[in-house]
Amino acid sequence: MAVPPALRRATARGGHLGLIGLFTLFSAFPFYWMLITTFKRTSDLLKRTNNPFIYNEPPTLENLRVLFFDTLYVRWLGNTLFVGVLVVFVTLLLAVPAGYALARLTGRWGEQLGIGIFLTYLVPSTLLFIPMSRLIGDLGLQDSLWSLVLVYPSFTIPFCTWLLMGFFKAIPRDLEEAAMIDGHSRFGAFVKVVIPISLAGILTAIIFTLTLVMQEFVYALTFITAARNYTVSVGVPTFLVHGDVYFWGSLMAGCFIASVPVAVLYNFFVDRFISGFTVGAIK
Amino acid sequence: MSARTTTGEPEPRAAAGPRALASLLDSPRWLGVLMIGPAVLYIVLVVGLPFVLAILYAFSGVTMGSRTIEFVGLKNFINVLGTAKFQTSLRNTFVFAIVAQVLVMVLGTVLAIALLKDFRGKWLVRLLILLPWVAPISLGTIGWLWILDSTYSVINWTLEALGLIRADGWLMWLGVPYLAMGSVIAIHVWRILPLATVILLGGLTSIPHDIHDAAQVDGASFGRHLFQITLPLIRPIMLVAGLFGLVFAFTDMIVIFVLTRGGPYDTTQVLASLAFFTGIQAGDLAEGAAIALFLFPLLLAVAVAFLRVARRAEVT
Repeated sequence: MAVPPALRRATARGGHLGLIGLFTLFSAFPFYWMLITTFKRTSDLLKRTNNPFIYNEPPTLENLRVLFFDTLYVRWLGNTLFVGVLVVFVTLLLAVPAGYALARLTGRWGEQLGIGIFLTYLVPSTLLFIPMSRLIGDLGLQDSLWSLVLVYPSFTIPFCTWLLMGFFKAIPRDLEEAAMIDGHSRFGAFVKVVIPISLAGILTAIIFTLTLVMQEFVYALTFITAARNYTVSVGVPTFLVHGDVYFWGSLMAGCFIASVPVAVLYNFFVDRFISGFTVGAIK
Repeated sequence: MSARTTTGEPEPRAAAGPRALASLLDSPRWLGVLMIGPAVLYIVLVVGLPFVLAILYAFSGVTMGSRTIEFVGLKNFINVLGTAKFQTSLRNTFVFAIVAQVLVMVLGTVLAIALLKDFRGKWLVRLLILLPWVAPISLGTIGWLWILDSTYSVINWTLEALGLIRADGWLMWLGVPYLAMGSVIAIHVWRILPLATVILLGGLTSIPHDIHDAAQVDGASFGRHLFQITLPLIRPIMLVAGLFGLVFAFTDMIVIFVLTRGGPYDTTQVLASLAFFTGIQAGDLAEGAAIALFLFPLLLAVAVAFLRVARRAEVT
């Protein structure tokens, strides 16, 4: 029995959309759930017979009030921003010249070195955190945000060097050569010509550095002990969860606020992220 | 370092001092070393040094309080290997990482192929699918902690509403051994899937259109097209995605730390989380380092595989 082509096409289309719908549901549901829970009253949340998908009691802003005024959440956001800005500064200072050197100056051995630098990105914090915790103690940085400022570039520099190398490689050599003929040194041409036209790449590096800092968990958990020094990714799960009572509403609000805005921003840069991951390895 | 020393005037090489600097800044060789040196130095100090120490600690008797390093040979490894906790964790690490990564690759390939086609609202779908990867892992995982809560789980509520379980038959997603392992694997897949998908999608979009057109003209079936043309062409990029995912899966402890803390009865304990609990929380740096060091051979294997892929791509 022949299936009419129109029907077959419609089924294929429906299947395709259904598949995408399922994946999207799986990915986004926890964030949707955070958002719903944020505005629910605790008495509504903690009644098993209530339909959890709807507001059985009127929505409330109480959870947000608690989060912002009765917890250290705002301070954690501030700490995260403080560490993030400083790490961005250190990372750019070291990774921009390094990326340029790998793209233009170092030739064959530079290629090997570049792959070597990238591989250090794969060395996990779970292998290093034990000696690191002692080194941090020896430096007197225990429980200080400066310990994070010191350690986070260990993974942001490799990643951003690699990413920026790809950017610099894509810039036509003629531009620098023209600048050098005009009397600039090689380094002068880099500062005056290459950096200004690489701002998009540098912005990408900044965004990725900030998201990597926001996501980091293991080092912050290891080095920081006082609640007021936490970053947001550690403060919320350790301090808000491991109290005696779970304030699910405030907890979910804290998770949502620290996750979704960054994700939206990041979405604009994700294609560059992919080429950062695969450049050089795959042509 | 001044960039202006040689700039500006048509006859730049005037004074002797600036000339030395100028030739340094103009020689690609030396400038290259100067520009990359600081980054390399930083990485050596902040990754290389702790890495060497991690190995030293594993062969020593160092604890949180002790000030000196005294070597004890293989004692830590022997101690560690003998414990049931370690053996369970080692087995769990492999089960967790391999099952999760196989699922990630299969689902990632399916999703990437589905996303290849254009449809309305694709940008929004992509944003939503990326969320788990971009959001701080610990925070996304807390979302799941609430979804899987023993008393108020929305999944249980839905299953009961659909008549699949009874009111007294609610599942303890994180409290029963096999179910807990299934849950942490599912949530790890949830988090890594976006990364694998976008990498694979990058590979798929780089295949020239003519190849697909030619296959269509030749009348290749969907299955043949997929298994004999598309997948072989993106094999190198699949390898990259697979290797990265494997490293993340083997070395991650965040999902497990937030959801189960290794419980119930260590059935979800993995090497990374065990190293944390032993080395940091219990203060036995040496034994913790020995446990963490078991991650190293695996990383080495992945690094070698990655280098081989990189080299092959360079040759062709």
